[in-house]
Amino acid sequence: MKNIFKHLTIGRVLTYFFLIIGALIMVFPFYWMITGAFKTSLEIQMFPPQWIPSSFSFDNFKEALEKAPFATYFINSVIAMVSSVTLCTITTILGAFAFSKLNFPGRHIIFGLLLGLMMVPFEMIVITNYRTIIDWGIYNTLLALIIPFTSSIFYMYILKGFFDSIPDSLYQAARVDGCSNWKYLWRVMVPIAKPSLVTIILLNAIASWNSFLWPMLAVVDRELRTLPFGLYAFVSEGGAKTELMMAASTIIVIPMIILFIFARKQIVNGVARGGIKG
Amino acid sequence: MKQVPSKSVSRFSLEKLKNKSEWLIYLVPFAVGVIIFTLYPIINVFLTSFKENFNYMTKEFSGWGLGNYTYVLQDPYFHQALKNTFFYVFIVIPISTCLAVLIATLLNQKIKFSGLFQTAYFLPMVTSTIAVGLAWRFMFNYKSGVFNYFLGLFGIDAINWLQVTTGNFPALCIYGIWAILPFTIILLLSGLQNIDPMYYTAAKVDGAGPIRIFFKITVPLLMPTIFLVMIVNTISCFKVFNELFPLFSGPGVANNLYTAVYYIYYQFRIQIPSRYGYATAAAVILFGIIFVFTMLQRIIEKKLKN
Repeated sequence: MKNIFKHLTIGRVLTYFFLIIGALIMVFPFYWMITGAFKTSLEIQMFPPQWIPSSFSFDNFKEALEKAPFATYFINSVIAMVSSVTLCTITTILGAFAFSKLNFPGRHIIFGLLLGLMMVPFEMIVITNYRTIIDWGIYNTLLALIIPFTSSIFYMYILKGFFDSIPDSLYQAARVDGCSNWKYLWRVMVPIAKPSLVTIILLNAIASWNSFLWPMLAVVDRELRTLPFGLYAFVSEGGAKTELMMAASTIIVIPMIILFIFARKQIVNGVARGGIKG
Repeated sequence: MKQVPSKSVSRFSLEKLKNKSEWLIYLVPFAVGVIIFTLYPIINVFLTSFKENFNYMTKEFSGWGLGNYTYVLQDPYFHQALKNTFFYVFIVIPISTCLAVLIATLLNQKIKFSGLFQTAYFLPMVTSTIAVGLAWRFMFNYKSGVFNYFLGLFGIDAINWLQVTTGNFPALCIYGIWAILPFTIILLLSGLQNIDPMYYTAAKVDGAGPIRIFFKITVPLLMPTIFLVMIVNTISCFKVFNELFPLFSGPGVANNLYTAVYYIYYQFRIQIPSRYGYATAAAVILFGIIFVFTMLQRIIEKKLKN
């Protein structure tokens, strides 16, 4: 670790001073959201603003849950997230293994093509995918939120990078011992690649939980909405009260905050290594 | 997959065939999704952008040509969308990069509670744009918003951030900078950790102060990473879209905040019947812009690795 301010105590004080100010600014919107969820209609309109709500009752949460089916949205979000992440992880493991360890005609050319496809913005392919799910008759079903996300070039690319770092000699030895590719992949490669897999699963889960554009396009029925789209509809349709908006927002944000607190290192490492999908 | 015991000659060759095409089992599940939901859509968008008077429902069109492109390129809304998008990039990228370099340098010191600081700085990365955007909408409120309260403390008149065109764009940029900081800091932090500590030791031996070290050593050595993160962020800023919904429930007060992606969305989803041709032409143009920046990014990444 390098410490350019080591010889200066004033420098250290300034470092902490700026870091704390910055951290407070970064966290403030979350503080404001969560405290806003506990304020009364009167408190939320006060000026100068009320910094701490007078009571911590869950009335706003109850009212928000009565006004819109957030419980259903929550379940839909969980279903869409768990299914798409599970399917995507399986196809990613298989695909990464094929590109990393198996020989097949055109392997390098296909991989190069995939890298090219990776830069295409999601916003561009969405136009066609919308039409595809209509043609398939899955428009306005939960399947429409899962099927288009069963494979991802981005995550395959990250995992292939890790698979590449596992020495081929291990593979050759296992093959000589009569271990099939299938066994080798699941018994040897996957356990070794566990940290990478965890990162991929986390990044994918976060992206799925927060996705907004696709659910907004693919689903119309109220009982099929996911959380971000449901929240937006709640705001745009009913002119919802601010304190209810904050309560509903808190419901969406809290699971990801908890996830981040427990898995910060894996998430940050994943982002630093591969950038964020987008 | 069970190994079939090979006895006869025909069995043997069957097994050989099976082994030869085994890669298909691994590749197909992955490839099916990619072909249907990534490769085909791109080809389809390119083709459709050259079909004139394309009917979204019947898939009929009157002929091939550049009609969609001439329409989009002459559409004042598209001009505005491009202008807004460029301005957004132009403001958000430099400010967020400067802030991120400073914060990353501070976070890279030997500090206590670094986990706590990291959590605070990186949290916006994992939370929903819609949910957090609504909190910002509440903070930007003209009458009771906390922003105008702080401005008032400095004797600045309240700004109508959300309902007036002049307040709209700054509000979008402020939110955009906050939201992009975590990713930027993370990349810069990993860049900083790759700098050889020798440089710092040498500078200290020479008696250089912290500010001098920052400008003479940290910034120059970090330059490739700074450049890289700026390009990656430029690409993501060109796609600004989701943020418009929680903050303004759409493209600003007087439709003044059209962005490139919002234009695509508008042509293909808001317009009835859908103007699919215009949407695809605009998407191809956006892709062209992103393509240029991606190529730049790849070149820099290659240089970074060497």
